[in-house]
Amino acid sequence: MADQKKLAIIATKGTLDWAYPPFILASTAAALGYDVEIFFTFYGLQCLRKKLKLQVTSLGNPGMPMPMPMPVLLQALPGMQAMMTTMMKAKMKSKGVASVEELRELCQEAEVRFIACQMTVDLFDFNPNDFIDGIEFGGAAMFFEFAGEADITLYI
Amino acid sequence: MANFDQELDASGLNCPLPILRAKKAITSLSAGQVLRIVATDPGSVKDFEAFCKQTGNELLESGEEGGKFVFLIKKS
Repeated sequence: MADQKKLAIIATKGTLDWAYPPFILASTAAALGYDVEIFFTFYGLQCLRKKLKLQVTSLGNPGMPMPMPMPVLLQALPGMQAMMTTMMKAKMKSKGVASVEELRELCQEAEVRFIACQMTVDLFDFNPNDFIDGIEFGGAAMFFEFAGEADITLYI
Repeated sequence: MANFDQELDASGLNCPLPILRAKKAITSLSAGQVLRIVATDPGSVKDFEAFCKQTGNELLESGEEGGKFVFLIKKS
């Protein structure tokens, strides 16, 4: 379709909370008929792992709602990040929020194109076999090939 | 109550799942058929309006029934 709208997203973050916006927006745009591409770079590559290890932390994030007030030094104790991640996942489930895996699958079903930044794959010694199937590898020029034609481009 | 061809229960699901499930359900319908959606996400009211506006499907009805949001969408 010549008049099909296009959405280009750069996903740069590798935490559980920040994995959501790219997949939510991409899957929704695809449902609205957009042609969508996500370029995963730097820590965003974590979102492409077959087995996601995404975590959430309140450190350096005073905006994160906490069930009880807690001094920052206490938040840094071993095991706190794992605990916060478990609590966040439980909360999301109880509120009917999809898992990152589910949204990612819905994106792939809707033919959202996933591109892994080759430079950062090499930089962090990622093993391409650790990534889900159906992704492509490319660089900045490849991103602009699509983004140059896009109606919306988001950096997340 | 208006007639419909298929029903989707999106109760308990949060954004963007009701829209994504609805899109899937509509894909399986033929033009002119009607999908009834039941949702509990208050955001879905504006979202289904926006969805229909952008996809060209017709929002026949949008209302509340027993504390839930009910939508009738006719496939274009």
